[in-house]
Amino acid sequence: MAQSNLEFKTIKKIHEAYNAKKVSPLELTQDFFKSIKASKHNAYLTVCEERALGQAKAATQTLSKSGKVPSDQFPLFGIPLGLKDVLTLDGVRTTCASKIIENYIPPYTATAVERLEKAGSITLGKLNMDEFAMGGSNENSAFGPVLHPTHEGYVPGGSSGGSATAVKAGLCVAALGTDTGGSVRLPASYCGVVGLKPTYGRVSRYGLVAFASSLDQIGPLTHDTEDAARILDVMSGHDPKDSTSAAMPKSQVLKAMTTAPDWSKVKIGVPKEYSVGGLSPDVEKSLQESLKWFEKKGAKLIPISLPHTKYAVAIYYIVAVSEASSNLARFDGVRFGVRPKDADQSPDLPTFYKRVRSNFGPEVKRRIILGTFALSSGYYDAYYRRACQVRRLVKQDFEKAFSQVDVIISPVSPSTAFKLGEKSKDPIKMYLNDIFTIPVNLAGLPAMSVPCGQDHKGLPIGLQFTTPAFQEEKLFSMAHAFEVRT
Amino acid sequence: MSEFEAVIGLEVHCQLATDTKIFCGCKARPEGGQSVADVGANANTCPVCTGHPGTLPVLNKKVLEYAVRAGLATGCQIRLKNVFARKNYFYPDLPKGYQISQYDLPICENGQLNLTLKDGTTKQVHIQRIHMEEDAGKNVHLSDFSLVNLNRACVPLIEIVSGPDMKTSEEAGAYLRALYAIVTSIDICDGNMQEGNFRCDANVSVMPKGSKTFGTRAEIKNVNSFRFVEKAIDYEIQRQIEVIKSGGKVVQETRLYDSQKNVTQSMRSKEEAHDYRYFPEPDLIPVKLEQAWVDKIKNSMPELPEQKKTRYASELGLSLYDAGVITGSKTMASFFEMAVQKLGAAAKPAANFLTGEVARLLNEENIDISQSKLRPEHIAEVVKLTQDGTISSTGAKQVIASAWKTGDPVSKIVDQEGLKQVSDVGALEPAINKVIAGFPQQVAEYRSGKEKLIGFFVGQVMKETGGKANPGMLQDLIKKKLSS
Repeated sequence: MAQSNLEFKTIKKIHEAYNAKKVSPLELTQDFFKSIKASKHNAYLTVCEERALGQAKAATQTLSKSGKVPSDQFPLFGIPLGLKDVLTLDGVRTTCASKIIENYIPPYTATAVERLEKAGSITLGKLNMDEFAMGGSNENSAFGPVLHPTHEGYVPGGSSGGSATAVKAGLCVAALGTDTGGSVRLPASYCGVVGLKPTYGRVSRYGLVAFASSLDQIGPLTHDTEDAARILDVMSGHDPKDSTSAAMPKSQVLKAMTTAPDWSKVKIGVPKEYSVGGLSPDVEKSLQESLKWFEKKGAKLIPISLPHTKYAVAIYYIVAVSEASSNLARFDGVRFGVRPKDADQSPDLPTFYKRVRSNFGPEVKRRIILGTFALSSGYYDAYYRRACQVRRLVKQDFEKAFSQVDVIISPVSPSTAFKLGEKSKDPIKMYLNDIFTIPVNLAGLPAMSVPCGQDHKGLPIGLQFTTPAFQEEKLFSMAHAFEVRT
Repeated sequence: MSEFEAVIGLEVHCQLATDTKIFCGCKARPEGGQSVADVGANANTCPVCTGHPGTLPVLNKKVLEYAVRAGLATGCQIRLKNVFARKNYFYPDLPKGYQISQYDLPICENGQLNLTLKDGTTKQVHIQRIHMEEDAGKNVHLSDFSLVNLNRACVPLIEIVSGPDMKTSEEAGAYLRALYAIVTSIDICDGNMQEGNFRCDANVSVMPKGSKTFGTRAEIKNVNSFRFVEKAIDYEIQRQIEVIKSGGKVVQETRLYDSQKNVTQSMRSKEEAHDYRYFPEPDLIPVKLEQAWVDKIKNSMPELPEQKKTRYASELGLSLYDAGVITGSKTMASFFEMAVQKLGAAAKPAANFLTGEVARLLNEENIDISQSKLRPEHIAEVVKLTQDGTISSTGAKQVIASAWKTGDPVSKIVDQEGLKQVSDVGALEPAINKVIAGFPQQVAEYRSGKEKLIGFFVGQVMKETGGKANPGMLQDLIKKKLSS
């Protein structure tokens, strides 16, 4: 009985079960904690059981009084969620999967999280990730890697690996991740769940511990596009605490999704630069099958060119690491950052900083050093400034493409999930995994990963939908139609 | 000094008197006389100004307005598209590990300031730029550990950078005073120098007289009094000349001024200098100003010290120098206007007291007149009593000094200290008669034409009255007596 409660997977199904009194918010929440405790995936870094059970009890009481889920007022009523451990929750440890702030307890809650809880959600805990969201396999966590939800020995993808595994493995209904260069979409694709990176500025970044401020965006990982829609509609919209959040109201994607697109009018862009070698045969096959489905529906496939794609990874690894080198400066052991015992005995400040900051993990150190170099006087023009200039060209590529097409379809990744340890010795190979997701972040566009098939080992493959900025309504209506195609 | 000349450029950090901090909602100004820095360590902070992970800055619009006012008052061009930048360096008082500032695109550029020096000559100093930034916190060093107070972190600053246009400490002092007068008179800075509202870094170098190439400069950091800046510059010029004369080389470095010893000391060399790794602040979008908004600010600007100075000179007959001292801060100017216009004191004597006795006391304690116990009523009363002969000019100085200490009303001080001059004819006559009777020979000499002996008689009567006689009146009375 207990396990079967988790068969009510999506928000809609859970609300139906609540209304039919098949399960209460408290029972459901307790069941999630049971499976979290039984799980070997290392998906959670912190569980907030007491807090969550308190929320669940309150929801159960409300439900017993009203008899029906007050979903108009609380669209996420009694829905247990997980949060990537880079998002703050007042009074709950936030580690960013790093030793350096393993004991940090924020005194405030991220805007996106606050909005979800106000809409009735229950927060189960904080999910594992690559340290400071730097990585594509979730092997960079200071607290050990997250395991793939269905394939033993494989990585779940990163950096929101804990979020993707938790959703797929039934350790939460849905989870929030963050996406700087593909960190929501890649693990969603590897684990076979839906992953959304909203338009830059659509969701407030207040309370997201920054990796690369001009690229970071919070996005949901869910069982289906409908859940993603419900979560986006709740957490989007302008936030006065984030100057980069767009002066726009909340999205209305759930409503937009109910109308199927008129495929005869849809033009689908297929970037030629994305299919030049490198795709694994299984991914290639799955992509072609998906494209055929669109064609069959009456959509027009139009080959497009995004000529600056070849520079995207290089630009990303300059812009992102430069911003990161500055964003992570606050972990200096003075106010933030664990201060090891020997640091207090330092003869001078530089030694003190060295002793504190040696506690970053190797990938984080690599990126801080790269970023510090790229911003240094004498190198700034050649690296950072040049990267920003070419970034504008990448953006223009998309603008030009979107003058001809409504949506761009591509794989999320050239290949499916790989084995633990397979690429961790070769950072460049790891970086190239993000070749299809990174340009979207550089251009600030919305994109979604939707499961579209499996490889010969049964590992999931994700299809990436990309639309112009702030056209999440269009994005969801097409992705949803594709999702329910069979 | 003769074979060398100095080149001085100044960077002034001016705390803006906005209600809240530049990037969060915490208070930026003292309340009820309390200083923001002293409300209890770290009591005036929030997750944003303490740099908590995940927090973001949101720009206080008032800061833009104040920076624009500063630019307009110094004849700068105003940049309509403003970009903030991160200045990266590690220091315990900087919680984020970077300071949000402006770099290559400051809000104001290319202005100038006109100075009148003591000898009446004028000088124009170029203002290179004015940019907006956040203040850091404050480190408190104790015996074997240090503490950090972030109450001041995120308080808005403008940094005003001059050209390397000054040659002497006097010019530097005049520049600072003129700038101080402007920022206080346009209501963007409280001007409390002890609290660090207005502080200065001085770049100083020396070169052979007439040379076109500047020498290597040293930067003297964070001096917060006009006098100390002047002294530090004088010391530094002399030090550099001695280094060169003794065959050495001036090194580029940052130095600190020790006001107790009156020396500058090396803080860090060029090799240890920070590479600030500036880049555009990704958490703040570029801010676009409307020209119409800038024009509106322009039209609402109050009378500037320079204009006020000219007006005082032409309308009230003050010397340009005196008018300059009085318009040197907003509080001094309004103090003067209160005494003269509201309380009816004669302008010139009032100005004399303010630029003399009062300025000396202000300088001694390095405070602003608004922080003293002295009120415009005191000056108005002192002027009146001096003019009608109730007190002497020496007595007037004594009254001001006492009022400075106690704030007591002038009448009370005059009574308590017995400063009232005897101006009653009836009261003086016996003393005069006594003196005339006591010095028959001098009386005879006077009557025979030795008129300068009048001073002798005045002195004797003064002695007789214990110095309380009104000297002007006394002279007339004695003359009358002797010629009768």
